[in-house]
Amino acid sequence: MNSIKKHDLATLGACAVLFAIVQTLLFVDFIGPFWELNIILILINVILSVSLNLINGYTGQFSIGHAGFLAVGAYTGAIITVKLGLPFELALVVGTLCSALLGFLIGLPTLRLNGDYLAIATLGLGEIIRICILNIEYVGGASGLMGIPRFTTFAWAFWITVFIIFVIKNFKNSAPGRCCLAIRENEIAAETMGIDTTKYKVMAFTIGAGFAGTAGVLFAHYFYIAHPASFTFMRSFDILTMVVLGGLGSMTGAITGAVLLTAISAVLAEYPEWRMVIYSLTLIILMINRPQGLFGSKELSLKMFRLGGSDNGRATESK
Amino acid sequence: MEELLKVNDVSMIFGGLRAVSNFTMEINKGELVGLIGPNGAGKTTAFNMLTGVYDPSEGEITFEGKRVNGKKPYQVTAMGMARTFQNIRLFSELSVIDNVKIAYNMHIQYSLAEAVCRFGRYFDEEEAVTKKAIELLKIFKLDRYQDEMAKNLPYGEQRRLEIARALATEPKLLLLDEPAAGMNPQETHELMEMIRWIRKEFDLSVLLIEHDMSLVMGVCERIYVLEYGFCIANGLPEEIKHNKRVIEAYLGEEVS
Repeated sequence: MNSIKKHDLATLGACAVLFAIVQTLLFVDFIGPFWELNIILILINVILSVSLNLINGYTGQFSIGHAGFLAVGAYTGAIITVKLGLPFELALVVGTLCSALLGFLIGLPTLRLNGDYLAIATLGLGEIIRICILNIEYVGGASGLMGIPRFTTFAWAFWITVFIIFVIKNFKNSAPGRCCLAIRENEIAAETMGIDTTKYKVMAFTIGAGFAGTAGVLFAHYFYIAHPASFTFMRSFDILTMVVLGGLGSMTGAITGAVLLTAISAVLAEYPEWRMVIYSLTLIILMINRPQGLFGSKELSLKMFRLGGSDNGRATESK
Repeated sequence: MEELLKVNDVSMIFGGLRAVSNFTMEINKGELVGLIGPNGAGKTTAFNMLTGVYDPSEGEITFEGKRVNGKKPYQVTAMGMARTFQNIRLFSELSVIDNVKIAYNMHIQYSLAEAVCRFGRYFDEEEAVTKKAIELLKIFKLDRYQDEMAKNLPYGEQRRLEIARALATEPKLLLLDEPAAGMNPQETHELMEMIRWIRKEFDLSVLLIEHDMSLVMGVCERIYVLEYGFCIANGLPEEIKHNKRVIEAYLGEEVS
């Protein structure tokens, strides 16, 4: 068990080194504003895909309404800082909790469904949240909530991402996490092994929704605005694509998927006419050659690359 | 003898079909009981009622004096009944050891916060669970496969793993649904030995559903026979073997 602690510390150390490098490069302006923006966006997408992976990949509950929780986090966070003038830290906490609470309330009835039915229910749910926001004048309605201060810095985004990755990784390697995996594998058998399946499904859904809310707070406080058009079901599909591309059920897969797709999108920003072509081609090629995603349900670990880096220094639990 | 499970006049009705009718059964502590019957007799339905998968339409089931009706399967498992499945239902993409660890879940005390932040009881309990799981795998000679994915095990080993997993919930009554399905006579014989040995070693009662007559006659102390949802006979293996109704049910009526 001690080796696990050591492993965690080593990973944390690698994160700190990576952080120091990127922070220095930002400080000396080697990384310009365009890439700074994209780095933040990558981190936000990593949070989203890792939290969706907890629901879709680990627990096997096919949810595609993640943008809805992102929106809840963005708007509640913005209300705290803009409308109430309270600090950013509080916005992060409240945004996460509100989103988690909504996830809990919605998870209780919808997680009784499975497969396609759950997918449709969550898809509808994301849209309901967006349309509700669209019609609330208090938060700006269709024109969005403007004038949000830019509180999200690289440091905030980076360490929150690392924290969330660690929480989800630890969750997976604990008894509740194993229960979620068991539910994915065989729900009937899980229940006869004494697992209250509803409880663990709702637990995973709540945690996933909460972290999507955290991503929302970071998002709104970086882009100055929370706008309903940023939270359509296309956004949910983007997140889902990242998770599926990386490999459902793989933490490192979800991280890589998010980094890769966001980066491709950013690189191609200069060629707007080719952007969607290349983006879709990449996906088609990957899905033909690796239908199970880049990593399948396996984790990338140092053992796989004796000489290689440690996946940008992020969580590389080999189990 | 102390009574463990009592099934009192239980029926299961699906629409117009009475899958099980007025079924009555007792299992005492330490007993090895068999439930047999031709295809479609309602054996698995009876099993599903005992384990909370179905809620009986009529009658009452009690386990150690506590009512089972209306309880969910996980609550029934918590009361001390564990089962295996006719068609193997392992957590196939998980490692063999994780399959067993999941079944120990009910005995884990640490909270979600302790799990996520890794403090307090987390390390001690995880270590204890891993140790227990390895011991159990050793008993079933599965420890060499412990990091293998469950779906990669040979068929017989998968059956053994399913039994090991059920035992990890620390049951008082073990329900086996056709454990010999797909086994050859040699394997069936080994299974018989194993069932006897499990009962002694783990100090529990066993209810066995089976098609394979040699297994049931060889190992069970008392047998219930179902046909078309009705219990047509119960008694010692010798009595059942010579019971006219049972022979008719299995082989058809005698031509007179």
